[in-house]
Amino acid sequence: MFVEGLRCTDCAAAYAAEALHVCDRCFAPLEVAYDLEAAARAISPESVAAGPASLWRYSALLPADPRGRVDLGAGFTPLIRADRLASELGLGELWLKNDTMNPTGSFKDRVVSVALTKARELGFKVAACSSTGNLANAVAAHAARAGMRAVVFIPEDLEPVKIAATGVYGATVVRLDGTYDDAARLCSELIEELDDWAFVNNNLRTYYSEGSKTLAFEIAEQLDWSVPDHVVVPVASGSQLTKIHKGFKELGSVGLLEEGSIPRLSGAQAAGCNPVAAAFESGVDSFTPVRRPDTIAKSLAIGNPTDGDRVLSSVRSTGGAVDDVSDAGILEGIRLLARTEGIFAETAGGVTIGVLAKLAAQGIVRRDERVVAIISGNGLKTVETVAPALPRTDPVKPSLDAVLALLTEGAN
Amino acid sequence: MAVTVRIPTQLRTLTGGANRVEVSAGTVGEVIQALETSHPGFAERLLDDHGHVRRYVNLFVDDDDIRFEDGLATPIKDGQTLSVVPAVAGG
Repeated sequence: MFVEGLRCTDCAAAYAAEALHVCDRCFAPLEVAYDLEAAARAISPESVAAGPASLWRYSALLPADPRGRVDLGAGFTPLIRADRLASELGLGELWLKNDTMNPTGSFKDRVVSVALTKARELGFKVAACSSTGNLANAVAAHAARAGMRAVVFIPEDLEPVKIAATGVYGATVVRLDGTYDDAARLCSELIEELDDWAFVNNNLRTYYSEGSKTLAFEIAEQLDWSVPDHVVVPVASGSQLTKIHKGFKELGSVGLLEEGSIPRLSGAQAAGCNPVAAAFESGVDSFTPVRRPDTIAKSLAIGNPTDGDRVLSSVRSTGGAVDDVSDAGILEGIRLLARTEGIFAETAGGVTIGVLAKLAAQGIVRRDERVVAIISGNGLKTVETVAPALPRTDPVKPSLDAVLALLTEGAN
Repeated sequence: MAVTVRIPTQLRTLTGGANRVEVSAGTVGEVIQALETSHPGFAERLLDDHGHVRRYVNLFVDDDDIRFEDGLATPIKDGQTLSVVPAVAGG
């Protein structure tokens, strides 16, 4: 481990690497700082290649001891070339980072694997979180793996699959009569009452969010240690995008990429919960929260995104954009991706593809760029949102004549 | 009767470790002034140089985020609670 300490993302105040998540002075989130010179001596393309086929291959740049890792195999997901989708969108070289392939079907396995590894190191007994669903699945599964009790707090209107795919691991599911933001606030206050509880996205958030950097590490490795021109990332709390940014910076600092090789970063939101896209559009530095998110993309329905302002600065400093897409556009995005590339994404993936299509049409994502889109979760988790949009067929008699007649009709 | 303020860990150095403080006030802004009088240092931690609530500070009157109400002018009554909640989590 090459962790030097923690530092405030806003005022840069320094702290020891303990269970801290908020700056005492200005309340901004903290982040992990590394001794990057020492890390540079320990990490190389060869050392990474010799590591496990999970995000723990990058342990030199992670904040927890890999010997105690809680590892279900999160990370090191496929990066696949998507020529058919590129052609539909009028793009040249397009790649998809297929994070639907994670153990519980979303990128949240990355952050939870890191968070619970650290939580055990720090002596926490219970794994907890507020969640829009995917995180609850990941916490429940990794807690089971680690032999920890799990308790998750969710808004009551979540998709049934996400609730079942949490409870099955033995986790306690607390459904709250409120929004995700209500759940998050409640957890902020519960921390004060419950000493040995690790709320992964709250009091462990400093460590948890480091897991998202591994998206940048893997993209660079899978492109033979080079940097793409443009990465399109879904934005909920915003930490995935800002940590991808941090990840590319760190690769430059440790010599795995040329120093300063940072792709353009663009963010994708749903029109029904678009605080960051709206702030980008109006040119301000600080977003206005959305009180009542209203979108089928429930995994992105965070009205008060902690890292929203930092997304704006990452996107602007790299020359990207933040845009949003309607619910209809999300469903179209899901179907387009599935039809052209054989990947069934959940609604957040539809948001990414929908916004990618918009940015491509506007010439913001360009045809001469090497583009990567993050597909962050599996479509089987939100199947009920897309099912009504698909054509339905009536049952047909299982006879050769009837079926051939049907197929001929379908072909016409 | 008075207004109760819930104090997060990060601010308890100002309250001698107390997690709740009672003050008399009619608006959120007045609560902060009253806290500053009884426990000097509060205003600077909660408000920026322009007197606005700091970006990463969330203030709730009972269950309502004051950004969706009247900000510092949001009324608060005896028996209600002002919660100071740092940087709410994500994801």
